[in-house]
Amino acid sequence: MATVRLEKVTKKFGSHTALNNLDLEIRNSEFFVLLGPTGAGKTTTLRLIAGLESPNAGTIAIDGTDVLNWSAAERDVALVFQYYSLYPHYTVRQNLEFPLKSKVRHMSPQDRDARIAKAAKTLRIEHLLERKTDRLSGGEMQRVSIGRAIVREPRVFLMDEPLSNLDAELRVHMRSEIAQLHRRLGTTCIYVTHDQAEAMTMSDRIVVMMQGVALQVAPPKAIYEDPSDLRVARFVGSPAINVLPGTVAAGSGIDVLGARLPLAVGLPVGTHVTVAARPQALSLTARPAGPSLTGRLVHIENLGSDLFLHAGIEGVAAPVVVRHDPALANMPGLGDMIAIALAAGRMLVFDGQGRRLTFEPEAAAARHVHA
Amino acid sequence: MPDSGELPATKAVRAPPRRRGHGAVAAVLAGPALALIVLFLIGPLACVALLSLTDYQLGAATLNFVGGKNYAEMLSDRVFQKSLTNTLIYVAITVPGSVLLGLGAALLIEADKSLRAFYRAIYFLPVMATLIAMSIVWELMLHPQFGIVNQVVKTLGFARVDWLQNQSIVLFTLCGIGIWQSLGFNMVLFMAGLTSIPKDLYEAAAVDGADLAIDRFRLVTWPMLGPVTLFVIVISAIRSFQVFDTVQVLTKGGPNKASEVLLYTMYSEGFEFFRSGYASAVTMVFLLFVLGLSAFKVFVLDKRVHYA
Repeated sequence: MATVRLEKVTKKFGSHTALNNLDLEIRNSEFFVLLGPTGAGKTTTLRLIAGLESPNAGTIAIDGTDVLNWSAAERDVALVFQYYSLYPHYTVRQNLEFPLKSKVRHMSPQDRDARIAKAAKTLRIEHLLERKTDRLSGGEMQRVSIGRAIVREPRVFLMDEPLSNLDAELRVHMRSEIAQLHRRLGTTCIYVTHDQAEAMTMSDRIVVMMQGVALQVAPPKAIYEDPSDLRVARFVGSPAINVLPGTVAAGSGIDVLGARLPLAVGLPVGTHVTVAARPQALSLTARPAGPSLTGRLVHIENLGSDLFLHAGIEGVAAPVVVRHDPALANMPGLGDMIAIALAAGRMLVFDGQGRRLTFEPEAAAARHVHA
Repeated sequence: MPDSGELPATKAVRAPPRRRGHGAVAAVLAGPALALIVLFLIGPLACVALLSLTDYQLGAATLNFVGGKNYAEMLSDRVFQKSLTNTLIYVAITVPGSVLLGLGAALLIEADKSLRAFYRAIYFLPVMATLIAMSIVWELMLHPQFGIVNQVVKTLGFARVDWLQNQSIVLFTLCGIGIWQSLGFNMVLFMAGLTSIPKDLYEAAAVDGADLAIDRFRLVTWPMLGPVTLFVIVISAIRSFQVFDTVQVLTKGGPNKASEVLLYTMYSEGFEFFRSGYASAVTMVFLLFVLGLSAFKVFVLDKRVHYA
């Protein structure tokens, strides 16, 4: 169990900057997820913490101690790989035993056997112990690979997209299994993924990374509901958040495609902003009372529990997606013109650089009056 | 069918009857390849096998069937015994030598990515060069008086060595040239094997405490190279059994049969003494070894389940 701190870490590969001045603080016993698209620098961050790469600048501390000059083994962290990376021609038992035989640890054979038995029991792989690793299924291999990590009882678990090679069903299953395992062991866990479902369901906190920069560090709920950056808002959420162009209007409001949102963002009149709305922040309306948009229904996605209506709106390239309750009666047909109500209080407004803008108190008060 | 009641499944799994015409199509498609194989491989092989049972002499108008006489003569022939022993010694030295040095060179080159293509080309040059031409170069280098090898030996303060003239040294000299020649080929195969080892495995080993290179080699490299290594050993052995060019150019099997090898015996019996029947019998022995190795490769190596 340990804390991990990265301070002003920069990592370059040739002329390419993989990580740029990254600051991260991972708390003790936390399940911390590095989320982002390919090339964001997530895996590089993990490898720097593991000691497989060294940064060009900055410091990395585990439990408050600078570990930059420590070897991977000395750092006492365990790494779980995407491709399992089990030792070939070894049995499962030998794979679990190998990290315990390291000279860094001075462990008697009895202690080793006890640890292996415990880890095998935790992961329910006792029946596989004497089997060669090339006779295992994908799920079993990943379990053994996690076993090889927990058997050491390391200070920190590092997991690099461990579920991305499993089929969908197994992935969902292993997701909850890893989360439960973490709760039981209480070991600090740093988990890399590009899958937002994994990040949202497993983590205590998430850092959303893009192009070597940490955009936001927050619990999953805040990442989803309260993104501080437009890129975070766009990356997280399925279907994706609706992004609408807006302009700051005279008399404390924002014009969105002709609709006036009563939001005071404190920027000069005429400034271009971006208004983002989750599909559930939009609703169909028969007689628009507040700000609304009109569009033609081009596509309907029925997920059973939710209906997503895609509406083509003039001035927006991508269709605007509105969540609709399938139980409601007012079901429009394809090609119909629909009116979409914008709930001003649920709109997220970003400035030209994609930074989140907060509303001034009067606007919040105004929202309550409208509602 | 008395057991048809007990085994109802047999009927279902039985192959459907072949439709008329499929056999003909198959024959037409496989025909050209089959014809060539028979013409250039099976046919000559059968001829050699038959010739080995006769007293045929190259250019002779007649031949007589003599049964196993050639083989009996061969087994009691001192030259053949010497030739077989020499060949086996040559294989026993050249195979481990070229395999281990090839692996070593591959590991060294892979360890540092700079100049990799350069070193790979240097080590691979002897493989591409004509061995006959290279043998002539070796002859000059190994010349007792003026050769560069002895010049170096003398400069280092040792006595000159008769590399090709000394009975107890000549075979080892040829082994050295053999290793030099096939090292590069093995190295390239090992390098291919090394690049196919996932980098993750080394990193897992590093995190798990395999700090020394030798630990990582034993844990990851060696087991992962297993199939490649067996393949390289078999290929090297087959190539070593075929040693001929260097012997023909440098020693002609001498001095005093000290470097006589199977293929050279076959050549001199068949094309210098024109004893085609006897040479065929020697060829059959050579074939036995090569076939044995090939069979080992096909039935043992190719059947192995590779780690994926």
